[in-house]
Amino acid sequence: MRWPSCLLWRGDSVPHLTTERLRLDRLVAEVLSPERGGVATFIGVVRNHHDGRSVVRLEYSAYDAMAETECQRIVAEATERWPVRVAVEHRLGTLEVGDAAVMVAAAAAHRAQAFEACRYVIEELKRRVPVWKREHFAVGSMVWVEPAGAGAAGGNVPPDGAAR
Amino acid sequence: MQVEVLVFGQLVELLGASSLSVRLPRPATARDVFHAVLATLPNPAPSIPPLAFAVNRVHATPEAAVEDGDEVALLPPLAGG
Repeated sequence: MRWPSCLLWRGDSVPHLTTERLRLDRLVAEVLSPERGGVATFIGVVRNHHDGRSVVRLEYSAYDAMAETECQRIVAEATERWPVRVAVEHRLGTLEVGDAAVMVAAAAAHRAQAFEACRYVIEELKRRVPVWKREHFAVGSMVWVEPAGAGAAGGNVPPDGAAR
Repeated sequence: MQVEVLVFGQLVELLGASSLSVRLPRPATARDVFHAVLATLPNPAPSIPPLAFAVNRVHATPEAAVEDGDEVALLPPLAGG
């Protein structure tokens, strides 16, 4: 398991990966500015069930260095595509049901761009950022999560996603 | 040549390590590195989940060229968020 003992930092000195509890107010404060009137946020929360089984906690781990870099790329892509400011954080370590695992905030002059950029960041994060989670079930067993539709051997992430 | 291989998720348990060095002849691809890793396993090899590759921390195809000293990561299905 790789813990973020050595984090890369985003421009404003806040890491994208953390073992600390995520704070939406801090993330929103990062993207707010007087000319931005629309702020869209997304929170991914640990839920208590998966495939009909009762989940008690999730254990997140990452390829830290690449995950940080990939988050930086996604943020850069979003700010190239839309006139927005975006921030994203992913939590690692052991999370209980109800804990936030990921948060995204996007601020734009108007809401449409904020919603689109927020959606883009979370979708690309799930597709490209190397993070894994292990589910601990109420019955005591555990399993690594494999998202539905994971690709065949030889590549589950289109490498062109990282090229831009 | 020698490359550093990082593995993650369930692969750590399957391989019994989170990183290893493998030697292989050049030219080599990311897929060749994967097969070199498989060759280090006792038979029969455990069942391996669908994998993606990263070379020097960038997503790569199985055909991506690998050079001496590169960092090659074997990525099980991503599950962030």
